[in-house]
Amino acid sequence: MTLHLTRRRLIGSLGVGAGGLMLSGCDKVASSSTGQALLGLGEKATYSAQRLISNRAALAQEFSAADMSPVFRTNGNTQPASADYAAHAANNFADWRLAVDGLVANPMSLSLAQIRGLPRRTQITRHDCVEGWSAIGQWTGLPLGMLLKQAKLRRDARYIVFHCADTFGDHPYYESIDLIDAFHPQTILAWGMNGQTLSVGHGAPLRLRVERQLGYKQAKYVMRVEAVATLAGLYGGKGGYWEDNVGYQWYAGI
Amino acid sequence: MMANDAPSEAPPPARGGDIVYRHRIATRVWHWINALSLFVMLMSGLMIFNAHPHLYWGKYGANFDHSWLDITPGHLRVGPLHIPTPGLLGVTPHGGRFVAFPPWATIPAHYNLAGARQWHFAFAWLLVVPGLLYWAWGFASRHFQRDLAPRAAELKPSHLLHDIGQHVRLRFPTGEAARRYNILQKIAYLSVLFVLLPGVVLTGLTMSPAMDAAWPWLPALFGGRPSARSIHFLCAMGFVLFIAVHLLMVVLAGPFNEVRSMLTGRYRLPREKGE
Repeated sequence: MTLHLTRRRLIGSLGVGAGGLMLSGCDKVASSSTGQALLGLGEKATYSAQRLISNRAALAQEFSAADMSPVFRTNGNTQPASADYAAHAANNFADWRLAVDGLVANPMSLSLAQIRGLPRRTQITRHDCVEGWSAIGQWTGLPLGMLLKQAKLRRDARYIVFHCADTFGDHPYYESIDLIDAFHPQTILAWGMNGQTLSVGHGAPLRLRVERQLGYKQAKYVMRVEAVATLAGLYGGKGGYWEDNVGYQWYAGI
Repeated sequence: MMANDAPSEAPPPARGGDIVYRHRIATRVWHWINALSLFVMLMSGLMIFNAHPHLYWGKYGANFDHSWLDITPGHLRVGPLHIPTPGLLGVTPHGGRFVAFPPWATIPAHYNLAGARQWHFAFAWLLVVPGLLYWAWGFASRHFQRDLAPRAAELKPSHLLHDIGQHVRLRFPTGEAARRYNILQKIAYLSVLFVLLPGVVLTGLTMSPAMDAAWPWLPALFGGRPSARSIHFLCAMGFVLFIAVHLLMVVLAGPFNEVRSMLTGRYRLPREKGE
């Protein structure tokens, strides 16, 4: 009986000890390079699995006007700080130009009026924030694939990078997507939202909508679209502001 | 599978004190994988929740919309219910930022959404892949049909009430009766296998915008991403409840014998009082 109690106590204390070790251990595992590599495997597995089981042209759900959020909240940067941007905003972006360059045969520079004059797509879609909230809104803009066809992507282009006017401290905002998403029919450079001109709070004059990914991929204040072969060497090298500075996953389909 | 490997196949009458082979290797391995993966999934999930400690029903849900659950500093609201939770929920750790669930309950310990998502999505594979394999094994080996499927007599209200009464009085089955799962165990394990696990995985997938595009039946099934997020949270709380009762039962039923049975498969049948 004495032995039995001792064993019980032993098992109990082993359990408590293991729990304590794991608690403090988890943060140590995550900060080690091996731990990072192991946890990073999860992201690669998710990206591959989702690309494997989903049709590359599968459309994000589109909603009716009755499903729209009464208030579509803003988040992230809501007012770029640069004097250059402020001047463009004051001028209703009349002298503003979108640059399309990088690995393209036909680099372009387009005014907002020219972009609005090109074919447009309007879609009511759900915006999913990485934090967990969702909002449904209507977006109108130029299909990105159409723009890239006009710019004539070179064969070595693999990613499309969006350079933005807003910054967090010294870090400019930017984002990047693969060509599957770049040529997806719902991927647009939106200049209209909920039937109105895109507001500064939501990313005027142009905001990327890449509907099958989370909110931080939906770059606001897009100034330049660049085709690249690799994301290495651009800013922090991980393909986006949040990816470089906070460790959010580059593939934000989950 | 050998005949003596199967717990409920015409056993010779057993008595309290006998050692019987109770858990097969697939069950034991899966149990300990889950002990690890659920632990990480729950704690990293609570940190992900911390990024937006509000829950909604419907197709959209953000700060200006009507929520059914909020955690604010020292305060939990569930529908019309206001519950003060000072020091427990809605705390600001020394030198950290406000969190709904406190550092002892989350992975990573301090606010880190990106880190929590890495843990959550890496360990999700450890929950889902072995889970699917165990499902396949459970049906193929007939473990589910033979050992977990309730018999009609067990589901009679009188039987259920009797078993609940016995459990409340902490009188657990002994001898031959302890060889088989009782109806409350069956209901608990079936709920985990066929309600909580599929529920938590499917609602988890529904929060992925790429999965919603690939499988539009997912958001349709749960009534929208915010609803799926709410059900995901409720399933997680279901796991917490299951684990709490499970651990309590292990302690009450004799932790040495119970843990040994989950390590070696061998279980000593409890004796009657005075046997």
